[in-house]
Amino acid sequence: MSTMTSTPPRKHVPLSQRPPGSSYRRFKDRGATVALTAAMIIAMIPLILIVFEVTRRGIGVVNLDFITATEPPPRREGGGYAAGFFGTLYIMALAVLMSIPFGIATAVYIVEYGPNRLTSSIRFFTDVMTGIPSIFVGLFVYGLLVIGWGSLGFGTFAGAVAIAVMMLPIVTRSAEEMLRLVPNEMRNASYGLGARKWQTIVHTVLPAAAPGLTTGSMLAIARGIGETAPLLLTAFGSGLIVTSFQGDPQGAVPMQLYKGATQPFEAGIDRAWGAALCLFVLVLAFTVLARWVGSKASTNA
Amino acid sequence: MSTEAPEAPAPEEPRRGTLRSSKGRYADPLFKWAVAACGTIVLVLLALMVIRTTSEAWPVFVKEGFFGFLTGEQWQSGNSRTEITGTYGAWPFIYGTLVTSAIAIAIALPLAIMVAFYLTHLAPRRIAKPLSYTVELLAAVPSVIFGLWGLHWFLPNVLRPFFEFLESVLGWFFLFEGPIRGVGYLSAGIVLAIMILPIMTAIIREVIAVHPIDQRMAAYALGSTRWEVLRKVVLPASFSGIVAAAMLGLGRALGETIAVLMLIGGSQSWSTSLFGTGSSMASHIAATFGEATPESRTALMAIGVALFLVTMIVNILARVIVWRLGRMTGDAAV
Repeated sequence: MSTMTSTPPRKHVPLSQRPPGSSYRRFKDRGATVALTAAMIIAMIPLILIVFEVTRRGIGVVNLDFITATEPPPRREGGGYAAGFFGTLYIMALAVLMSIPFGIATAVYIVEYGPNRLTSSIRFFTDVMTGIPSIFVGLFVYGLLVIGWGSLGFGTFAGAVAIAVMMLPIVTRSAEEMLRLVPNEMRNASYGLGARKWQTIVHTVLPAAAPGLTTGSMLAIARGIGETAPLLLTAFGSGLIVTSFQGDPQGAVPMQLYKGATQPFEAGIDRAWGAALCLFVLVLAFTVLARWVGSKASTNA
Repeated sequence: MSTEAPEAPAPEEPRRGTLRSSKGRYADPLFKWAVAACGTIVLVLLALMVIRTTSEAWPVFVKEGFFGFLTGEQWQSGNSRTEITGTYGAWPFIYGTLVTSAIAIAIALPLAIMVAFYLTHLAPRRIAKPLSYTVELLAAVPSVIFGLWGLHWFLPNVLRPFFEFLESVLGWFFLFEGPIRGVGYLSAGIVLAIMILPIMTAIIREVIAVHPIDQRMAAYALGSTRWEVLRKVVLPASFSGIVAAAMLGLGRALGETIAVLMLIGGSQSWSTSLFGTGSSMASHIAATFGEATPESRTALMAIGVALFLVTMIVNILARVIVWRLGRMTGDAAV
């Protein structure tokens, strides 16, 4: 032991004391620093470009009319995405009602009653489910609800189910992380006061994790708002405001955006940029707000 | 969470409302069964997905054969209501999916590794956190916005001049043969790379961040430069995490629909040139579904099943690697 530590390696000169320029290694280090910084800058460029371009092209389009008027034929200027906004709101409200309670309940089961074989397989498949292609979810809901099970047809409910399936694993995974952060002392204190397990969960664990649960739910909503592909196969899209629960094709902002952007009419493309700006602001607001709530919660705990 | 003062000790009789009442007796198991039922919904959903779509697509697989379906190059929709009359070969779409995903990974993976290194080792501490938040914000941007931006700004202003340059220099090579239509495999692949970069960066950053500091300090103490520490200590140690990140990114790229749909051109044949137009599996489903006959919807369902199989294999492999690492990323959206 002592011989190893007492004898310094021979002929070793620390890099900082070697003559400059003589070392290829130092040159490589410099080069790597430059390359890594350049990579960072390259990665930031698209983000800046997207934010800039969406704002520039969208800002002139978005006004009160854009939110309250329905869309004219793609060639004509003016009008707005009222149908899309209404449809998105309708679909998202239903999807939130379906995905968030189930997601949180799943997380409660995994954290409070696990680990056992069932919870770990649920956990694994929840993870796997985050990677399912959205178009496949659309196909599944089409096969299950639109043509199967009494042929409900295209509509709001089918679209909401598809979005809920996309949101469910996100809610579950983040709720699970948050429930794990609740200290066991709180659970034990609750048990010590004579509370049952369900009382402990409902009155102690869930309130303590509430800010974190909100964060996860908001991230899931941010993800759900922008989903397009599954809606093409389930809600099907509409240019009119559709209030029916199921049976009539329903519109949504991302679908209208897609249709406007892929047709060669300047007016429709302009409206698509406006919709992109609205969608962008909505999604970013939800994401940033969610992170803010989350960081607040973690500093308070 | 109530803060009331404890009451005086209860009289001797058994306490009502907690242990003896029927409500108390059933509440706990009921609650447990309720949450367990919610939990199993995930499993039921997945099982339903597999059964429902496979049974829906079955006639096509029967007619073409599973591998015949995957390798067939003809896509000719029929319009019968009761039987399969058309020819359905998914190879052009499988090819499009593979090529766009390969381009995306080839661009995004080195960049993601470098950005993760920068964020964890090089960035000044004050800007490291805001920077990584900003990169991850990109993951939240809906893909339809990427499609719009890619089609109406990025393609005409950046990609087209770049393609023309590529064609003039490397046009003799079969991958870069003209004509340049703008939309095509390469455009879709590049935009896909931008889309999967933040996800991969986030995972790689987490993997690198958990690397023990002692090992790095030991390497520095031996006189290594920062590059040598990254290259010879950190990179090998986080190799499996990087593989997992690449596979999760690949899973995303394979299944991405709208952005690819807007940028790949939507042709039903395939070409060896990267400038050529084509379709990916997901984009072909989305593009033709609206006007499809019931018969060809069945065939689209079959493409969906094939896509699901591939992405599931990729995802499960990635998850297994990440689980082996014993650490999950905190961000559920990842």
